[in-house]
Amino acid sequence: MVNSDSRTDSGPGFRTLSGIPVDGVYGDGPLPGEFPYTRGVHAEMYRSRLWTMRMFAGFGTAGDTNARFHDLLRAGGTGVSTAFDMPTLMGRDSDHSWALGEVGRAGVAVDTVEDMVDLFAGIDLGTISTSMTINGPAPILLAMYVAMAEEGGVERSLLSGTLQNDILKEYQAQKEYVFPPRPSVRLVTDVIRFTTAEMPRWNPVSISGYHIREAGSTAAHELAFTLANGFAYVEAAMAAGLDVDDFAPRLSFFFNSHNDFFEEVGKFRAARRIWANWMRDRYGATDERSLKLRFHTQTAGVSLTAQQPEVNIARVALQALAGVMGGTQSLHTDSHDEALALPSEGAARIALRTQQVIAHETGVANVADPLGGSHYVEWMTDEMERRATDVFTHLDDLGGGSILEGVYAGIESGWFAGEIADAAYRYEREINAGERIVVGVNAFTEGNDAERARLLRIGQETEDLQLKRLATVKQARDDRAVADSLRRVVADAGNPTTNLMPALMEAVTVRTTVGEIVEALEGVFGTYVEQAVI
Amino acid sequence: MADETPVRVVLAKLGLDGHDRGLKVVARMLRDGGMEVVYLGLRQTTASIIDAVEQEDADVVGISMLNAGHLTLGPLMVDALADAGLDVPVVIGGIVPDEDRPILAAAGVAGVLGPGSPAADVVACVQAAVAGRGH
Amino acid sequence: MAPVADRNIAELVAAARGGELRATARLLTFVERGGDLAEQVAEATHRHVGNAHVVGLTGPPGSGKSTLTAAWTILLAENGRRPAVLAVDPSSPLTGGAILGDRVRMAGATAAGVFIRSVATRGHAGGLALAVPGMVRVLDMAGFDPVIVETVGVGQVEVDVTAATDTAVVVVTPGMGDAVQANKAGLLEVADLFAVNKFDRPDAADVRRDLELMLDLSKLTGHGRSDAVARPTIVSTVATTGRGVSELADAVDTHLEALLAAGLLEARREGRRRAEVRSHLEHLVLAASAAVVEAAFGDVVDGAENPDEPPGVTARRLAERLLTDPDS
Repeated sequence: MVNSDSRTDSGPGFRTLSGIPVDGVYGDGPLPGEFPYTRGVHAEMYRSRLWTMRMFAGFGTAGDTNARFHDLLRAGGTGVSTAFDMPTLMGRDSDHSWALGEVGRAGVAVDTVEDMVDLFAGIDLGTISTSMTINGPAPILLAMYVAMAEEGGVERSLLSGTLQNDILKEYQAQKEYVFPPRPSVRLVTDVIRFTTAEMPRWNPVSISGYHIREAGSTAAHELAFTLANGFAYVEAAMAAGLDVDDFAPRLSFFFNSHNDFFEEVGKFRAARRIWANWMRDRYGATDERSLKLRFHTQTAGVSLTAQQPEVNIARVALQALAGVMGGTQSLHTDSHDEALALPSEGAARIALRTQQVIAHETGVANVADPLGGSHYVEWMTDEMERRATDVFTHLDDLGGGSILEGVYAGIESGWFAGEIADAAYRYEREINAGERIVVGVNAFTEGNDAERARLLRIGQETEDLQLKRLATVKQARDDRAVADSLRRVVADAGNPTTNLMPALMEAVTVRTTVGEIVEALEGVFGTYVEQAVI
Repeated sequence: MADETPVRVVLAKLGLDGHDRGLKVVARMLRDGGMEVVYLGLRQTTASIIDAVEQEDADVVGISMLNAGHLTLGPLMVDALADAGLDVPVVIGGIVPDEDRPILAAAGVAGVLGPGSPAADVVACVQAAVAGRGH
Repeated sequence: MAPVADRNIAELVAAARGGELRATARLLTFVERGGDLAEQVAEATHRHVGNAHVVGLTGPPGSGKSTLTAAWTILLAENGRRPAVLAVDPSSPLTGGAILGDRVRMAGATAAGVFIRSVATRGHAGGLALAVPGMVRVLDMAGFDPVIVETVGVGQVEVDVTAATDTAVVVVTPGMGDAVQANKAGLLEVADLFAVNKFDRPDAADVRRDLELMLDLSKLTGHGRSDAVARPTIVSTVATTGRGVSELADAVDTHLEALLAAGLLEARREGRRRAEVRSHLEHLVLAASAAVVEAAFGDVVDGAENPDEPPGVTARRLAERLLTDPDS
């Protein structure tokens, strides 16, 4: 069986379908792997290693998701990516009043480290890398992951993966926050300090534009807000005492890949160029790895239509192609039924196969930055950079010379949310007016009434099972140890320079729940109430 | 003058989901359709929605649901309003598979708007829900 | 309880006085709609009022008035008062619709039991000035105290609404030239009290000083309220942390006491009544004159027109005829 990552199909040298040998790269100017990395972070790009085919999955109980993980790995996926349910994302347990009707529906329910054990059962964490999409309670979930791995015999220093842990974009776009911005950024830097010291193969933050874009922003704003958040974390980590080259190599990014093909390619290339220049010139990074922007891409969920859903397969394929031609390090492709529900098994498989077709049949992986040198693409790259720079200038202004302060100010005043809402509404109006065509929605609607495929359903049984599970764990644990651990969490949280991770590790080990820890922290940090900008 | 009175809508999301792009877009659509939108936004409970309906004398409640919780939370909202003695229709918008529409209708939900509904449909659906109550 | 739709106004008034919120809300709706129903409500309520301290609170967008109002009303509720807020937001002049976003910004207050009613300006000239006094009376009758009318102070109507209260509070913030803006909008002439919000900002002291200067100036030039009881107090607040909010609460209460002590409260309320009569009168005359103008204009089209005449001259001729001989 061919391992999806390998290039064993290339034979001696790389050739087109018709047998023509092709070079690794064409054109001049800074090459891939050369500063400022506009054309790619590695000289060889996909010739030496394909992007990771990392399919996002999560639903029901940990056991259900574990089964889907195994399916995807068997089908050729090369990394695991975890989706958590709403209560977990918001730091509440499955038995919290707010969890009613939501347990296991948008992702997998994780309340204690026991759920982590079930989630990764049978998966070799020493070789498979894991991504966890969680933000507010991210440090807690990381602590649970590490505790689970070590209980299973894998040392933390061997663990490879990514924690999304990007709280700034939550205030701007996704709204899955718990605490106010400043204490939340402290938690992010605590994780960065922890992984920098103890988990060299772990990316502590995945600075994300995906959600900003999904909330309705333009491509240029997706680029600008994401990089600004990245600069903000750099400033925060440096203020916490870290040397930039110690942690920057492990900062990773996460972008959307939407429908306008060349806009996306230009965006990805501009991202690399901007990051490299800023990290070197503004933040003084000298390690090459600090200057290289590495990113994961997900095709645009918001572009999927409920009408004629099979057409989404075409959309996703083209969006995935844009990600590859933009030089992504890792890719998730959406399933065609996701406008209506979480992906069914068959649909998820087609989405993975789409990546495999691109990787092994189209030949685009044979040449690095194949679009480099195109008049249009180079212009688009420059234009994206121009527009992003305007935003950085504005934030620098707002923040009196600090991007971090500018981002806080923009969040507080609702500037980000306002820009995003305006763009979202403009887009909606264009579609309503028929100025922008969406196939199946406002044009080419024949076929909309066709028979629907079966959708994935999460039943009430999931919630019942999880509640029983949680009750069992709570029964079996040492309540005194739990109470002691929470006291330590509160004490450490109260001291802004103490790293909270050790206290969290201790708490999760004695089976304290996510919700219990979050409530304890709320007592110290407060809760964030958004000033809505409509 | 009474027939010029704009329809008053309470717009909210129940539960934990924080994706409010659709809710904000709908708020603007309804405003552009001449309605007054009392925007409650995220993380509302049936209790907070009922308080708003009562004090604002709302004609209709609009709820955005994206997380497959509609079969639980939709009827919950309808029942909560009925228990409070408020005869106000509920419209649900978001990700609702076709096969769930009759279930929601049977539970008393007055209207359902699927993903990608154009502005005209959104406004018409809310107006129809209000008209159905004879307000 | 019987549904509000099944009860008449007298029943609703009795229920509202008994504390039933939805009865109060339905009466507010009738007042908003205007016409016959509003008059019936006015008839039923005008004898029951005079208990509530009516406070206007206004300021430019972004001044944090909603946050300040929320913090203040929560404090009031904790101290056993029963506050109600009319939160006014502009309607779209194009579509007549509105997004009323004050309630969500005062979520803490609603949770504390504060009654909040969002009011859209509904676009028609002076409509706000007609509806708000009637709505204030409903809340007064229903036992709420204080009754707070919160507006965005950018238009003449909003300024007038703010002035037509017992205590007018104007909120300004540093960094936006607010003191100057407030002056331009005519707010300095109606204010009884100023709140400088976001006082933790660097240039907050400057705003305070600007206000003091302007108040000094207006004393010299004779501007400011003719029915002012004293030079307006300036309170510094940081609504997000609660700093200065109890000072604001005290200053509002003190103002009412001062009005009472100086025997000015009755005059203020009589002034409010007169302002309301004027608003109604203007509205009625405007409505009537619209029909008259329409008819007169018909003459223009029907042949009394001289196209070589400047439009202003044509209009003056018609107006003279109308105003001296209304039957023509």
